[in-house]
Amino acid sequence: MNDLSFLKPASRQIDFDNFDDRLLLYVLKYEPSFFTCISCGGCTATCSAGNLTNFNVRKIGLWLRRGETEKLSEEIQKCMFCGKCTLVCPRDINIRNVILLIKKRIAMLKNENTTA
Amino acid sequence: MNNKHVAVIGGGIAGMEAASVLARQGLKVTLIEKQANTGGKLNDWDHLFPDFSSPDELVNSLANKTKDSGVNTVCNTEISRIERNGKRFELRANQDVRFFADAVLVASGFNVFDATIKEEYGYGLFGNVITSVDFEKRMKKHGQLHTIQGTAPKRVAIIHCVGSRDAKVGNTYCSKVCCITGIKQAIEISEMLPDCEVFCFYMDLRLYGSKFDSLYLQAQKRHKIQFIRGRLSEAAERADKSIQIKAEDTLQGRPLRMTVDMVILLVGMEPGVSTSQLIQKNQMTVDENGFLKSANMHCARNQSTQEGIFMTGTAICPMAVNETLENARSAATEIIHFFENRRP
Ligand SMILES: Cc1cc2nc3c(=O)[nH]c(=O)nc-3n(C[C@H](O)[C@H](O)[C@H](O)COP(=O)(O)OP(=O)(O)OC[C@H]3O[C@@H](n4cnc5c(N)ncnc54)[C@H](O)[C@@H]3O)c2cc1C
Ligand code: SF4
Ligand code: SF4
Ligand code: SF4
Repeated sequence: MNDLSFLKPASRQIDFDNFDDRLLLYVLKYEPSFFTCISCGGCTATCSAGNLTNFNVRKIGLWLRRGETEKLSEEIQKCMFCGKCTLVCPRDINIRNVILLIKKRIAMLKNENTTA
Repeated sequence: MNNKHVAVIGGGIAGMEAASVLARQGLKVTLIEKQANTGGKLNDWDHLFPDFSSPDELVNSLANKTKDSGVNTVCNTEISRIERNGKRFELRANQDVRFFADAVLVASGFNVFDATIKEEYGYGLFGNVITSVDFEKRMKKHGQLHTIQGTAPKRVAIIHCVGSRDAKVGNTYCSKVCCITGIKQAIEISEMLPDCEVFCFYMDLRLYGSKFDSLYLQAQKRHKIQFIRGRLSEAAERADKSIQIKAEDTLQGRPLRMTVDMVILLVGMEPGVSTSQLIQKNQMTVDENGFLKSANMHCARNQSTQEGIFMTGTAICPMAVNETLENARSAATEIIHFFENRRP
């Protein structure tokens, strides 16, 4: 049900030639600060969900920037929207909003996919 | 040119070096320092990276140079204003003291980031969280490092980028010298306390100097210092006064927790406290980071945006000692050219 494999075929390599930017462009449009992430891990270290599960919010952002969208829809369900990540980010990124936008966009894409 | 008078504001190493070069060229130079002694921040440092040399020796030799070259040094005097008056400048100190000069050199240095602003790191709240500045002062005074319980630390965490590269505190620039300061201090701890484990938590290691990477190599090879790529998110004090820190080990991709006896915060460099006063009543401006702005980043680094006012050292941007001294000599050259090219 949460399988987004239709967005990208499985492969070991990060495939920049078949980059699926449908999620990324949407997130960047509404939260452009997201592109300034330096992968410092401050968000992951403080994340409520990440301390209980294997959820890693920094990696969510990284997957998004690499067009690796297939794991995202399931992973982001673990976020509790507490906003702690946003408080520590040295780049002042509204990370909570990034997760929200990913959720929103995935719902849109699913909709397109089923109605198409 | 010989009857021209240059006032140098700030008797740190930048001001001292520039003043002595100018005086040796025959200019009349007054060096004005707000503290009781010249030397600036170096008076607090115990040893200098990258060669562990003595800051006191350096400051003494600069003091001798200024004296021998005939610089008039005035201490305990803080300049609060530089007013332009035709082709000359009038400098005002707090206690109704005035100086007149044909050119001014601002060498007012930098300010150390106040670590209490990053509340989540517990500086000022937890006794075993100290800064790199505290480390230098303690080493200089006592020659050893103790926890507040009076024991020798067995595990120390050194935290990079405190007050630098952090939009949350308004400083997005890199302070340049703290990565190498952390490595220097890590080596010093390990030499002093061979059983102590030292961890550096970094976002990027910026070891730009020609001798800096060999110190990094030495830290790994000889001292077994461990480097963990991840930014500290928070620190908490435990009942026994040890500190628990949290970060992500970003290379593993997993959150990390560690209990340490001491935390050292590598505090960054900020624009000097008097900068905002000194730019009033003249055309000087500051750059996007709040440091004094150069007329041209490449070919007029020491010229301010006000003709006749020059600047040098860490009043311009973060610099190490060798860069500061080179920059001071370059400022002196620009001032000499300024007088040579000026119609009488
Ligand atoms: C923790 C730490 C450790 C460091 N360790 C090293 C190291 O090991 N090796 C190295 O190469 N570099 C090191 N540095 C960098 C070094 O401290 C600087 O390069 C150096 O201090 C710059 O000298 P300066 O003269 O520009 O500024 P400062 O040292 O800040 O001197 C400025 C002077 O101006 C005076 N002043 C300011 N305003 C006024 C005013 N309005 N009127 C009169 N006087 C005024 C101040 O009192 C001060 O004496 C370190 C920096 C930090 C933060
Ligand atoms: S805290 Fe901000 S900069 Fe650091 S990894 Fe998270 S999103 Fe990126
Ligand atoms: S908002 Fe979500 S990602 Fe951010 S700290 Fe809370 S649980 Fe983690
Ligand atoms: S020199 Fe290193 S510790 Fe200092 S601000 Fe730059 S990256 Fe951070």
